[in-house]
Amino acid sequence: MDLLANLATGFAVAGTPINLLYALIGCLLGTLIGVLPGIGPVATIAMLLPATYALPYATGPVSSLIMLAGIYYGAQYGGSTTAILVNLPGESSSVVTTLDGYQMARQGRAGPALAAAGLGSFFAGCVGTLLIAAFAAPLTEVAFAFGPAEYCALMVVGLVGAVVLASGSLLKAIAMIILGLLLGLIGTDVNSGMARFTFDTPELTDGIGFVAVAMGVFGYGEIISNLAKSDLEREVFTARVQGLFPTREDFKNMMPAVLRGTALGSVLGILPGGGAVLASFASYTIEKKIKLKAGEVPLGQGNIRGVAAPESANNAGAQTSFIPLLTLGIPPNAVMALMVGAMTIHNIQPGPQVMTVNPELFWGLIVSMWIGNLMLVILNLPMIGIWIKLLTVPYHYLFPAIVLFCAIGVYTTNNSTFDIWMVALFGLAGYLFTKLGCEPAPLLLGFILGPMMEEYLKRALKLARGDWSVFITRPLSAALLALAVALLLLVLLPAIKSKRKEAFVED
Amino acid sequence: MSIKSQKDFASGLMFTVTGAAFAWNSATGYTVGTAGQMGPGYFPMVLGLVLVMLGGFIMFFSLVVETPDGGVIGELAWRPLFCILGANILFGLLLGGLSLIGLPPMGLMLAIYALCGLALLADAASFTVRRWLVLSSVLAAGSYLVFIQLLKLQMPVWPAFVNLY
Repeated sequence: MDLLANLATGFAVAGTPINLLYALIGCLLGTLIGVLPGIGPVATIAMLLPATYALPYATGPVSSLIMLAGIYYGAQYGGSTTAILVNLPGESSSVVTTLDGYQMARQGRAGPALAAAGLGSFFAGCVGTLLIAAFAAPLTEVAFAFGPAEYCALMVVGLVGAVVLASGSLLKAIAMIILGLLLGLIGTDVNSGMARFTFDTPELTDGIGFVAVAMGVFGYGEIISNLAKSDLEREVFTARVQGLFPTREDFKNMMPAVLRGTALGSVLGILPGGGAVLASFASYTIEKKIKLKAGEVPLGQGNIRGVAAPESANNAGAQTSFIPLLTLGIPPNAVMALMVGAMTIHNIQPGPQVMTVNPELFWGLIVSMWIGNLMLVILNLPMIGIWIKLLTVPYHYLFPAIVLFCAIGVYTTNNSTFDIWMVALFGLAGYLFTKLGCEPAPLLLGFILGPMMEEYLKRALKLARGDWSVFITRPLSAALLALAVALLLLVLLPAIKSKRKEAFVED
Repeated sequence: MSIKSQKDFASGLMFTVTGAAFAWNSATGYTVGTAGQMGPGYFPMVLGLVLVMLGGFIMFFSLVVETPDGGVIGELAWRPLFCILGANILFGLLLGGLSLIGLPPMGLMLAIYALCGLALLADAASFTVRRWLVLSSVLAAGSYLVFIQLLKLQMPVWPAFVNLY
């Protein structure tokens, strides 16, 4: 059994005490920051990324990536906690969690809601990990059949996916992607060695640091808009959290919802283009359609299924979205884009070659994802009380600390103050984007994909002697582009358009 | 014809201007080449032109399509904007110094006090001297322990003229 042998390799790497410790620290830190209101997983990871560089070099990049995986899951879980307790979704995929989760919290059932989110996510994570282990190898074979034209087409699919899931106007989301692609091109052009758009600034020849972009746009942008809001939506239900564990009745309702969510999430997550968000929305819609049992609370009024299903779908999708990343090296969403950035900083180019060249790293990472999930359940179920306490810390103590951590973090990525100026610049941009109703997540994805896309486009067209039809004459690339068009049409169809609006409208 | 969505009009304008800047810069500053033999200017120029087009569409729709809330941008939150970004910049200045104006590195500790002070001012109700001192001292001590002692990050801790190393 290849699968078992591979997983064993992974356990041998990720199961060492030191790596377990890193996974633990990552989970703790991720939850700690992720639970802060208004800070979603993207912002959390961006903030904590520098902490992984500081790991001793002796343990190698594996430990850093393991810690990063821990941070990722911690951040996701922390985000759900805030969604449930404060009604503040940190990211678009936890928007649906707020619907029923917050209602449950208002009824004093925050404990079961949090437990349902945790347990559902853990189950989904287990399934997702197995799926990755089973399909990563065959998919890597597919990846070797990909030529530059196919890579280009796949990136288009991914970018279109990001557009489809952005909550605002379609045109603006596309424009944000293009803007991101352009920003990503700043720096030295690999082919000609020419410094582009650098205004003769030596620090810019390496390109804009993506940590600076992510932290500025997501971290500072969010803090500023949070401070600009009044306190009215920061209503926290902390006093009334009692009875952590779901009742037997809850479990009975939860189980099928978790299964449905996991199945849906696993499938949608593989699609490049941010399947996790789509999955959580779709699974909530399904739960809404399923007939209520006698005595069950309708969805939207505090039904545990409304928390369990989207949370498991979200996590399953998050897990399987590692597949396009690890096999093709193409990040399917903003969080994964951050992971690519992180891997590149650790001198790992994500893609099919990782698995063959560095199997320890590959399988170690996959197993550590599962361990990260497990840590979360072990850690967070007993510690929910502590995270809730954290929410009672007044915001005026929190935000200067967040600003400080951002500033220190970004300084340490290159040990230069130049990055601090860049964060300020992108903080300003991030705030303007929110004011203008432009969602920043597509920008980040574009930013990461910019140089990659240029490279593949250049190669594809060079091979085709400048003939653009290569993208539709090669069957695989044509199929992918057709998928992208179909996705776009799907959003443009009026029925779905109104649904999408409905789902994104905050009540 | 009046602007029906301020947000859309402003963002469309932003995209158009940025796109035009990139396209113009690529076309004039770098070799563009052909599709089969792309120069460094090709891809950014195409993207820039697409962005101009998209920005144009967004502006056009903002003039034509009615939006329910009028797409009002609303007032900018100048105070938090200035204070948060200012705190960040001040931190950078104090931490690393700026040779341009002959400012020596003042180190992490002082930078933390400055950052906290300015950041707290972002919210009119937040700032009290006591709160500032308590918060900065806690963060300074914590940062010293975690970042300097534990993670051994390399950065100036004390002002350059105080020799404590």
